[in-house]
Amino acid sequence: MNTASVSLGASVSSQSRFMQLALAAFLGIFVMGFVGFSQIDAVHNAAHDYRHSMAFPCH
Amino acid sequence: MTLFRNVVFIAAIAGLVAGVVLACMQAYATVPLILKAEVYEQAGGGHTHDHAAAPAANVTDTDAMTSAAPAEAAAREGEGWAPADGFERFAFNVVANVVTGIGFALILVAASEFAGGIGNWRQGLFWGLAGFAVFTLAPNLGLPPELPAMPAADLSQRQIWWTATVVATAAGLGLLAFRKSLPLALVAVALIVAPHIVGAPQPDSFESPIPEGLHHQFVVAVTLTNLVFWLVLGVVVGVVRGRFTGTATSLRDSFA
Repeated sequence: MNTASVSLGASVSSQSRFMQLALAAFLGIFVMGFVGFSQIDAVHNAAHDYRHSMAFPCH
Repeated sequence: MTLFRNVVFIAAIAGLVAGVVLACMQAYATVPLILKAEVYEQAGGGHTHDHAAAPAANVTDTDAMTSAAPAEAAAREGEGWAPADGFERFAFNVVANVVTGIGFALILVAASEFAGGIGNWRQGLFWGLAGFAVFTLAPNLGLPPELPAMPAADLSQRQIWWTATVVATAAGLGLLAFRKSLPLALVAVALIVAPHIVGAPQPDSFESPIPEGLHHQFVVAVTLTNLVFWLVLGVVVGVVRGRFTGTATSLRDSFA
């Protein structure tokens, strides 16, 4: 799977590749954390049913 | 940043599709159970949430009934703004599903790219299963899905346990799948088991106004809807990424 033809963004250096993937992962964690874990009331209320349905710790 | 852009693009499509699918499943499978539980919640006299700012916050269930604490008609305990029941509430649920769907997809795509990428829909199924195990199965063993009004331990402690369990399980599964050494496999199993030996934070009392049957139904509904969500997410990532790299073999430089 490491051949260039099946890899996204094959021509980037491995360090830049790591940084970009890590950045994407952190963005995902941030988004998930904000919607699922934020203790701000309005955010909690807006995503209330979602949090219960995903079994995020809620209330 | 082309790699980053491609990852975000694939994650956005996969998260959108899987999020909409999950929102539709929730509308039929889990939200009706939440609404039912809110009826019990109101009958039982409001939440006993630790972060509820309401004066009745530290009142027990029986006290609340006699002290005529306002049963917080909007069963969500909030102070402050909440979407109106009906369409608005449904719409916000869809938005929450799509937004977090994209968030989960970003994590899934980024993690899988480190391991060579999800090449096709079949590999997507297995990556989806791994996501399900990490984000649903493992944390739900210690902290089963809860309905409104169910007793629960301190919120922050549960969030910490949930996060630690997800991280440890992901690390364990990663070691099992990608390192071919027996000692590391043992470490992996230890990582997966450890959070459950430590144990999830538990409430002081398990007394609940919610019937056991209703809760059981909810646990099954949550688990199955999440399973389908993760499988759809993995498969869509595999398909979209396949098209990307498939068409990109000749156009690679414009993508990469």
